[in-house]
Amino acid sequence: MTTIELLDPTSERQPVTRERVARPATLEGLTVGLLDISKPRGDVFLDRLEELLSSRGVEVLRYRKPTFTKPAPADLRYEISVRCDAVVEALAD
Amino acid sequence: MDLPDGYTVFVKATCPTCQTVVPALTRLREQGADLTVITQDDPGFPAGLHPLDDTELRRSYEAGVEIVPTLLRVEGGRVTDTLCGWLRADWERVTGVAGLGEGLPEHSAGCGSRTLDPGMPERLAARYGGDILRSRRVELGELEDVFEAMDQRGWSDGLPLVPPTRERVLRMLEGTSRDPSEVVAVVPPDLVECTVEKVAINAVMAGCRPDYLPVVLTAVEAACTDEFNVHGLLATTWAAGPVVVVNGPIAERIGMNSGGNALGQGNRANATIGRALQLVVRNVGGGRPGGVDRAAHGNPGKYTFCFAEAERSSPWEALAVERGLPAGTSAVTLFAGSGVQPLSDQLSRTPESLARSYAACLQVVAHPKLVLTWDAMLVVSPEHARVFREAGWSKARLREELDGLLRRPGAELVRGAGGIAEGVPESLAGAELPKFRPGGLLIVHAGGTAGLFAAIIGGWASGAVGSEPVTREVRE
Repeated sequence: MTTIELLDPTSERQPVTRERVARPATLEGLTVGLLDISKPRGDVFLDRLEELLSSRGVEVLRYRKPTFTKPAPADLRYEISVRCDAVVEALAD
Repeated sequence: MDLPDGYTVFVKATCPTCQTVVPALTRLREQGADLTVITQDDPGFPAGLHPLDDTELRRSYEAGVEIVPTLLRVEGGRVTDTLCGWLRADWERVTGVAGLGEGLPEHSAGCGSRTLDPGMPERLAARYGGDILRSRRVELGELEDVFEAMDQRGWSDGLPLVPPTRERVLRMLEGTSRDPSEVVAVVPPDLVECTVEKVAINAVMAGCRPDYLPVVLTAVEAACTDEFNVHGLLATTWAAGPVVVVNGPIAERIGMNSGGNALGQGNRANATIGRALQLVVRNVGGGRPGGVDRAAHGNPGKYTFCFAEAERSSPWEALAVERGLPAGTSAVTLFAGSGVQPLSDQLSRTPESLARSYAACLQVVAHPKLVLTWDAMLVVSPEHARVFREAGWSKARLREELDGLLRRPGAELVRGAGGIAEGVPESLAGAELPKFRPGGLLIVHAGGTAGLFAAIIGGWASGAVGSEPVTREVRE
């Protein structure tokens, strides 16, 4: 049987699927990161969230990407992952 | 290949010179020489000399034969003499048999080896050339339609693809001196190291000729820089995609269009270079519409958007020269462009009037009330360029004029002004604001010789926030 052989134009990667961290049942005693991606008015949303979380005694840490058009720098991602138990990202205008 | 010591001759029956030398070969054999005869077409030729069948051309390919007849002298496993065609004195000298060619002509040029028949070098390289290609082989069944199979694997931008066979990819790689395994760029969004070979495969699929490959490689390099930010350009909800402008001698050499319909269809180099870049982002980087590509509308230029600057007829320095490269350098400039807005001004005969038309039309890029956030490329046609040439206006002079004309009072641009909610923050009401950031307006000369028009290619989020135009020299 004749076959045709092509060369794979893709990256040939088999991405590793990683489990998401389980959603916390309560925020009590946890640290929540608020990530501003530098889109207009994202700070308005996150300021309000910070107020609401702080008033409930939740520790809040604020983070900001340099620009919304590029992925968050690796150091920033790492810092959030080691210092926070949960993160809220404000996406849009 | 390992050749036995003695003499080896490569022949084919359809070559008149090979027919001519048969008596000499017979004589050589009779003299007791170790003579191996290898025949490329008719396994029975030359009769009586017990030739080895090389109709599959493996021996000829491995020995690098280009002409038949080729006579090799081999000593200690090494070729010590090579004769191509028939020159009686040489054959007699190398074989040491005086009178070897008695009765034969002094000289007879040979014929091309079958290994050099059209299409054959690539086929033989694929078959016998060793494993220089690292990409996974995808085997399709006899009953599979190759075009459907490629589409089903998600390789296509929606248009048919040229099947990337080993032969075609090897031929494509002839277009560059770079090693197939060299890493060209790390391609977003998956941030994958992309080799010359992977670019060549996608260039084959896009329909490129091998001589376009250096331009494609440079475009991929430029697109994948942090400044150009093809990741964000792909991911944005805005309509933009990479626009490739080619400068320098390579543009003419590979037949790019910088004239009539330069931004349109009909030129293979323009069409396929831009497409190859998009296919690399799609297939190697993993960037696809509905995935990381979240464009609300997109634009037809996201299939391909590539053209050359009309440098010979331009009154101005080329874009790449303006951006810092020496004149005469082949170069690629990447611009994050969102589509073409043609501009008509058929009445202006002074540069002042024409500049005012340009400024009025450039104000609407993205939104007439949004400033400093969007770049633009202005493509000036030859008929408009003539107005500037005759008035002695340099590109810098035009830009200076536009900079002045493109400043507007903040009060007209703030949110709510003109009954339009969109606009700049109220705090800028007292400022005078330019439309473009410094360096945010690119000016290029291209287009047909008839038509008092220009074309505005709107941009995307400019500078460090989004994308900076990137110019790179083409390495060949």
